[in-house]
Amino acid sequence: MVWRNVKWPIYHLFVAALALLMLYPVLWMLFSSFKESRTIFVTADSLFPTKWIWSNYVDGWKGTAGRPFMDYITNSLVIVVISTIGAVISSSLIAFGFARLSFKGRSFWFSIMMLTLMLPHDVVLVPQYIIFTKLGWLNTILPIVVPTFFGMPFFIFLMVQFIRTIPKELDEAATIDGCNKFRLYIQIIMPLIKSSLATAAIFSFYWRWEDLLGPVLYLNSPEKYTVSMALKMFLDSESASNWGAMFAMSIVSLVPVVAVFFIFQKQIVQGMSTSGLKG
Amino acid sequence: MRQYSSLRRNLTGYAFISPFIIGFLGFTLIPMFVSLYMSFTSYNLFTSPRWIGLDNYTKMFFDDPKYWNSVKVTFLYVFIGVPLRLIFALFVAMVLNTGSRMIGTYRTLYYLPSIIGGSVAVSIMWRNLFSNEGVINSALTAIGIGPISWFGDPNASLVMLISLSVWQFGSSMLIFLAGLKNISPEMYEAAGVDGANPVRKFFSITLPLLSPIVLFNMIMQTIGAFMTFVPAYIISKGEGGPMDGTMLYSLYLFRQAFMFNNMGYASAMAWIMLIMIGMLTVAVFLTSKYWVFYESEGGK
Repeated sequence: MVWRNVKWPIYHLFVAALALLMLYPVLWMLFSSFKESRTIFVTADSLFPTKWIWSNYVDGWKGTAGRPFMDYITNSLVIVVISTIGAVISSSLIAFGFARLSFKGRSFWFSIMMLTLMLPHDVVLVPQYIIFTKLGWLNTILPIVVPTFFGMPFFIFLMVQFIRTIPKELDEAATIDGCNKFRLYIQIIMPLIKSSLATAAIFSFYWRWEDLLGPVLYLNSPEKYTVSMALKMFLDSESASNWGAMFAMSIVSLVPVVAVFFIFQKQIVQGMSTSGLKG
Repeated sequence: MRQYSSLRRNLTGYAFISPFIIGFLGFTLIPMFVSLYMSFTSYNLFTSPRWIGLDNYTKMFFDDPKYWNSVKVTFLYVFIGVPLRLIFALFVAMVLNTGSRMIGTYRTLYYLPSIIGGSVAVSIMWRNLFSNEGVINSALTAIGIGPISWFGDPNASLVMLISLSVWQFGSSMLIFLAGLKNISPEMYEAAGVDGANPVRKFFSITLPLLSPIVLFNMIMQTIGAFMTFVPAYIISKGEGGPMDGTMLYSLYLFRQAFMFNNMGYASAMAWIMLIMIGMLTVAVFLTSKYWVFYESEGGK
C-alpha cells in the first residue's frame, strides 16, 4: 500500500515539472527583461538576473521609430475596441437569425457560413488588398476593422450553439406578449447569452491585439503602427542590440493578454472546449 | 394573408443575417472571383492586369524550385507538427483527467502558451531561445549534443518552427479534456472487470470514443498550420531563411504578392493552396468512416 501514498505526490511532481518546462520560455523572457542587454546571452542559461535592471523598461517605453511605446498601445487599443464591438454586435445579430428565425434558405446560408470558417484566408488576401487599395483605404485602419462589422464565422457558430440551448418556449411567451423579433433579440436573448458574447469579445481582443499581417499590409506610417509592429521594429533594429528594451516591451505587450486570460479564464476555457463538441 | 406573413417571416430572417450575406459577397465571394481571374494574369498593382492564361500555373509547377521548396517545407511543418501537437495535447489531457483538485490550475498553466502564442513577442522570444548562445544550445551542449546552428541549417530552423507550434497544444488539449469528461467511468470499470490493461483501455475505449473530437481537431489544426505566417515571418525576419528552410507557403505567397508585386502569381498560389486544403479535408472525411466512431450508430 506504499504505492497509494506516493502516487499523488509523484503525479503532482510530474505535472508541475512539465508545466514549469512549458512556462520556462516565458519566464526566461520575463527575467531577461531585467538583465543588462550585453549579459542576456552570456547568462542565457541562468534564469535570474544577477543585477536587476529596471531601465530596460524605461528605455523600451521611450519607444522606437521616434514614437513613444504608449502611442503604439493606443493605436492597438483603438483597433481592438472598434473591431470587437463590430464583431460582437454583428455576430450576435446573425447568430440570432440563424438560431431562432425560420426562413427560406436558412440552412443554405448556414452551410456557406460553416464553409467560410474553413476557408484559408490566403485566398482572399491579395484581392482584398487590391480592393481596399482601390477604395483608398490604404494607411487607415478601415481594412482591419470594417470587415468585422459583417460577422465573424467562428463567433456566429459559437453563439448559434449557445442560443440553441435556450428553450424556445421563451420566444413563444414573449411573442404572445407582443414582442417583435428585434425586441426578442435585444431584451430576451442578448442578456441570456452574455457569457458567449464575452467569450467572443475576449477572442476578438486576442486576435486583434496579436494581429501582425493586417497592420503590415495596410498601415505604412509609423504613427499608425500597432504594438505588434513596434515589436517587429525593435527586432529589425537589432544592430543597436538593445535586447533588454526589446524583451521589456515584449513583456509589456503580453501583460493585457495574460491579464484578460486570468480574469476570464473560466469563460475562455469553456468557450474553447465547447466549440468543438456540438454541431 | 398567409402569403404575406411568410414573406414577412423570410424578410425578417434575411434582415438579421444580412450583415453576413453582404460581408460574404463583398469580402469573400467577389474577392475569390477576382483572385481566380488574377491567377491567369500578370499584375503588378500599377499597370492593368495582362491575361497570360496558364503561365502562372506552369511557371509554378515546372519552373520555380522555390515554390516546390515552400510546398515541401510546409508539408513537413504540417505533417510533423500537427500529429505531434495532437499527441501531446491528448497525452496532457489524459494526465490531467483525474479527480485532482489542482486540475484547474494545471489546465490554466498548460493553456497559457497557446493564448500568447500568436503574438510577435513569443516569436521574438523563440528566436532568442534558439540563438547561438541561447538556452537551448546551452542545454544541448550540457548533454553533449550541439550546439546546433539553428539559423544556419535549414532543417534545424524548421525544427525550431515545429517546436514552437507543438508548444502551443493548449486549445486541442482543452477540447480533448472536455471530450474525456464525457466518457463514463463505468466503461473503464467494466473493462477493468474484464481484465483490460491501461493500454487496452486506451485503444478500445478512450480512442474510439474520442475519435470525432480527434477528427475535428485534426482538420482545424491542419488548416491552421497550413496558413502559419507570423512565426516564420518573425523568426526569419521576413526572409524565410536560412536557404529557404522556413519559407512556409503563406510566407512565400506574401513575399510574391507584397515584396515582388507578383499579384497574379500569388493568386495562383492561393488557389492551389485552397485546392490542396480542400483535397486534404475531403480525404480526411472520407477515411474518417473507418476510424471515427459515433456512439449513436451503436457499434463499431
